Amino acid sequence: MEALGLLLHGFAVLLTWKTLVLMMVGLVLGIFVGVLPGLGGPNGVAILLPLTFTMDPTSAIVMLSCIYWGALFGGAITSILFNIPGEAWSVATTFDGYPMAQQGRAAEALTAAFTSSFVGSLVAVLLITFLAPMISSFALKFGPPEFFAVYLLTFCSFVGLGREAKHKTVISMSLGLLLAGIGMDTVSGSLRMTFGSPELLRGINFLVAVIGLFGISEILLTMEERLALRGHAASISLRVVLGVWKDLPKYWVTLLRSSFIGCWLGITPGGAIAASFMGYNLAKRFAKEPASFGKGRIEGVFAPETAAHASGTSALLPMLALGIPGSGTAAILLGGLMVWGLNPGPLLFVEHKDFVWGLIASMYLGNVVGLVLVLTTVPIFASILRVPFAAVAPMIVVSCAIGAYAIQNAMFDVWLMLGFGVVGYVFKKIGIPLAPFTLALVLGNRAEDAFRLSMIGSGGTLKVFWSNGLVGSITTLALLLLFWPVIDGLLGRTGRRAAGQNDGATKS
Amino acid sequence: MSQTDIEIVVEDPTAPEDDSPSVVSSGTIEIFVCLLLLALAVTLGYDNWRTGASWDATGPEPGYFPFYLSVILAGGSLYGLIAALLARRASPGTFVTRAQGRRVLAVFVPTLLFCLATQFLGLYVASFLLIAGFMRLVGRIALWKSLLTAFAFTAVMFVTFDVAFDVIMPKGPLEAALGR
Repeated sequence: MEALGLLLHGFAVLLTWKTLVLMMVGLVLGIFVGVLPGLGGPNGVAILLPLTFTMDPTSAIVMLSCIYWGALFGGAITSILFNIPGEAWSVATTFDGYPMAQQGRAAEALTAAFTSSFVGSLVAVLLITFLAPMISSFALKFGPPEFFAVYLLTFCSFVGLGREAKHKTVISMSLGLLLAGIGMDTVSGSLRMTFGSPELLRGINFLVAVIGLFGISEILLTMEERLALRGHAASISLRVVLGVWKDLPKYWVTLLRSSFIGCWLGITPGGAIAASFMGYNLAKRFAKEPASFGKGRIEGVFAPETAAHASGTSALLPMLALGIPGSGTAAILLGGLMVWGLNPGPLLFVEHKDFVWGLIASMYLGNVVGLVLVLTTVPIFASILRVPFAAVAPMIVVSCAIGAYAIQNAMFDVWLMLGFGVVGYVFKKIGIPLAPFTLALVLGNRAEDAFRLSMIGSGGTLKVFWSNGLVGSITTLALLLLFWPVIDGLLGRTGRRAAGQNDGATKS
Repeated sequence: MSQTDIEIVVEDPTAPEDDSPSVVSSGTIEIFVCLLLLALAVTLGYDNWRTGASWDATGPEPGYFPFYLSVILAGGSLYGLIAALLARRASPGTFVTRAQGRRVLAVFVPTLLFCLATQFLGLYVASFLLIAGFMRLVGRIALWKSLLTAFAFTAVMFVTFDVAFDVIMPKGPLEAALGR
């Protein structure tokens, strides 16, 4: 297999002392932000991104992705020991994880969580290893119309499949696309929406917005809540770990099902949060005694954790293969790629083999190292929560400011970050989703360029988006997804009528 | 088995009370945000119209895309505005209570001052002031601990960014006096 050879090459790129040290640093920082209340994967990656600006791209992405793995691992610790989900996708883990801790089985629950995270990521990485090169080589044939169709598909699926109120998703996305357009127009070179301000000439930097939206706003949101907590301390002994691992084969159906759900929802923009709940609910539905869920069943930890990690990892697949992020964190990593001077898209696999395969190899290695690290250091990380938030909050603010300034060496960006912090806070509180905004901001210019290049190529006719089978079906699918709620509503009405008749029949 | 009897307990003495009165309802904020977005959409839409938002021989002009996006944004916020106005009486959800608002301002105002201080005193001095001040005044942590933590953190940041990674931060009179 060609992929295996390239993967081995990736490991060779990776196995230097410098990279391994960066990996450890990334993992530790990641677990740290995962454990801290109010900071999670996307925030951690956004805040720590500036550290990597002066590194070479491979070291940088290895460190950043390890921060991400670490944050994914860290979220489980607080869910199980404190009943506080460190991340939205660890909410489902608390259902059975915390009861287990209360019964004195915290070590077992933690081992289960970490192990299943590892399994979920592993399945997703295997998928990336074999699928991503295929997709990207297929996508090499794409011209601007195909790319625009794929972007359109991404945007439409957010609107059509998102759980939030539709008009709020539309607001969030169109605002993101608009702000992406500020500054110099790349096709014609004319200025747009700058209102004569030299600061706006550069445009609004994606990462500055992200640091404000996710970093600063999270601090504001966290402060609103009661920060007192009370939880179990736990250390994991080797005997417990081996005990859980010995029983692992018994749960292969749960693990496999959750991995599959996770991969599917990760690639499509369903996300890790939906995946973890779906994994949990399906495990419960297929269990012999569903009533025992929620009272400390180990499957109740396996199912959501596997799904969340499979989803979080496979979200990187479309980012690597097509340059389209499958999650908020993937969008930030994509922003990072651009800062390091790489052009995301299918060409990445051809032009930057070292980078891509180094990253994929780091996913394998990072997860193995991460698993060992969390299993051995849980007590230390659990005690991080003893550090008062009043000390952590200003440090995070300073890190955010350093990050925002470092991107373009501009004080204006620090103010912009503060502004986005307020926007993020208000948006989150009134239910306007931030993920479509992030995605639109990072993809906006590329989508517009693709559209305008297609128009120049076709002489200004929209028929180009249906000019061949491939682009035609993607465009049609996109429009179908956009109007999916309407279609689903119509289908649901007829379906419900049929179901209503059935219900009536069984009741009588 | 694990030592689950050891509990980790963290208190939050200044936690917002649960029965604190609401300052403003979510509905009101939603209406306000929609109005702001509408104004933004109109401003940006007008600017793009001026740039040229029509379709010439080679496809769309520079303002074409953003103009129609402004239209979509205006539509979305208009819909949101109407929805919020209609739902206003039905669900008086709280946006923020007085106690929560106080705590949020307790972070926001120092952050604002920190940004100002960064502009004039440089980032490292501002960072020291923010951390020490916040820990002491908001967190009620002992003065020596606050000063020590602030100094240590600022020093680590300086060494990491300025010395090790060559990422240059805004600097002020103190750094100038020290010759950096």
